[in-house]
Amino acid sequence: MTLLDFARGPAMQIAIFIFVLGIFWRLVGVWALRQKKDLSEPRQKGAWIGGIKGLYAHAWPYKPFVPYVGAQYIVGYVIHLGLFIVLFFGTPHMLFFADIVGFTWWTLPGGVITFVALVTTVALFIALTKRLVNPVQRLISNFDDYATWFVTTLPFVTGLATTANLWPHYETGLAIHLLSVWLLLIYFPFGKLMHSFWFVVSRYTTGSRFARRGGMA
Amino acid sequence: MKEHSLTLGEELRRQGISRRSFLKFCAGVASSMAIPATMVPAMAASLAQARRQSVIWMSYQECTACIESLTRAFSPTVENLIFNFISLDFQHALQAAAGDQAVEALRNAMDENWGKYLVLVDGSIPLKDDGIYSTSHGQTHLESLREVAEGAAAIVSIGTCAAYGGVGAARPNPTGAVGVEDIITDKPILNVPGCPPIPEVMTGVLTSFLAFGELPAVDRLKRPSAFFSDTIHDRCYRRPFYDQGKFAKSFDDEGARKGWCLFEVGCKGPITHNACATMKFNQGVSWPIQSGHGCLGCSEPNFWDKDSFYKPLSAGQWGSAEGIAIAAAAGVALGAASAVMSRKNQDKISGGK
Repeated sequence: MTLLDFARGPAMQIAIFIFVLGIFWRLVGVWALRQKKDLSEPRQKGAWIGGIKGLYAHAWPYKPFVPYVGAQYIVGYVIHLGLFIVLFFGTPHMLFFADIVGFTWWTLPGGVITFVALVTTVALFIALTKRLVNPVQRLISNFDDYATWFVTTLPFVTGLATTANLWPHYETGLAIHLLSVWLLLIYFPFGKLMHSFWFVVSRYTTGSRFARRGGMA
Repeated sequence: MKEHSLTLGEELRRQGISRRSFLKFCAGVASSMAIPATMVPAMAASLAQARRQSVIWMSYQECTACIESLTRAFSPTVENLIFNFISLDFQHALQAAAGDQAVEALRNAMDENWGKYLVLVDGSIPLKDDGIYSTSHGQTHLESLREVAEGAAAIVSIGTCAAYGGVGAARPNPTGAVGVEDIITDKPILNVPGCPPIPEVMTGVLTSFLAFGELPAVDRLKRPSAFFSDTIHDRCYRRPFYDQGKFAKSFDDEGARKGWCLFEVGCKGPITHNACATMKFNQGVSWPIQSGHGCLGCSEPNFWDKDSFYKPLSAGQWGSAEGIAIAAAAGVALGAASAVMSRKNQDKISGGK
């Protein structure tokens, strides 16, 4: 069995097994917890509206803070949008998902995907640099922050190296790229990458609770 | 056919082949093997001094496509190859003799050229039950290979079956088939995989052996680097469409008719090392991708067992969905157990209030 066979077969199956197990573990584990009762009288009706507002209220910083954290938001958007575009509109990636869902969709030319991946990688390194340079951010960072950055950045770096044929053998590069993605999947449920599941829930919950108490999200 | 005393140059002159034709031939082979042009005169001089090489071709668990491919070589032609360059002392599909006479020819060739002859093998060799699933003249091919290999100067495995087991070794591999290198470990071995291999690669390797007296440089899978260093994808004329994101979605859609990339319909070109894209088959007429079908990856080990030929390379090999269902169920159980423990802990802290 070659490294690529291993990456496409057993490694993928193990990674997805751990990913699915971990995701269900985390979701059920949190949702089955006893919820804290809010004994206060609702200050206003329709707290759910506050919850919906909460989903987008933090999509951009409060105006006075823009000069201080605006750039950080932009870098964050570049990373997330880049990840989304490369993941779903790169043809080889789309075909991976198409094999699961049973249908294909429109994709972007390889050159565009490479450009977006490059920009995203640069943004990821800017984010890391800021985390290391800013004393406050460095102080509140832990292993999970750096591990999350590492497993997210690695597939971009290995993918770009594979596209550019920088490995001695293309198939070895492809295998390493796949393995780096499986590493991401394995780490996903157990670190901060779970925010992709939680951020909607937590923003809605925060928004609706604030609204119930008469505040704003 | 057995005239080993003449040098190749003398033999060619005897047959009226001009020096110009001979140099053109050398230049052609040198070009196909990426040998510098400055080496051509030295190569020609060396070739002209070469004695006719005794070659023994053993066919084992095979389909004869490899020899079919070789007989369609165009530069040098098979006639040149067989009658001018080498002494093909045994090849059961091409020779006139059969049965005892053929085996006698084989034994004579081995005795006369012990330690010097070149062995070409096509077909895999069954190992299971002492190799009884493939025999010739009352001898298993396992025994035959060991016997012939003992006196060989080098062995060239022709085709994916001889190189890596090929279709014979595909799951469930009922005969326990393997390639030559899994049996013979003490001789120089060169693999020319492909199903079938490109004829010019086979003849190029033989010519190189004649000219330089040794097998050419090989890659990690013992394939001649000159022909197998690039992937099909690297040299494919449809590569620009891959870069532009233009793909055929099926074999009869508009993209297919326009000659777009076949990656989405399962082409294995990106992970397949071979020279098909540049040398083609049938005197350079065409090759699989030019004919509208994706590369099967036939020059790579275990290509039969690498999932569907029509599944994109980037699609995973899932096995069964049961594992995912088990993972989800186990995750739910673990989550519920975690929540129960957390609730008990909450009760303990709050005293049940």
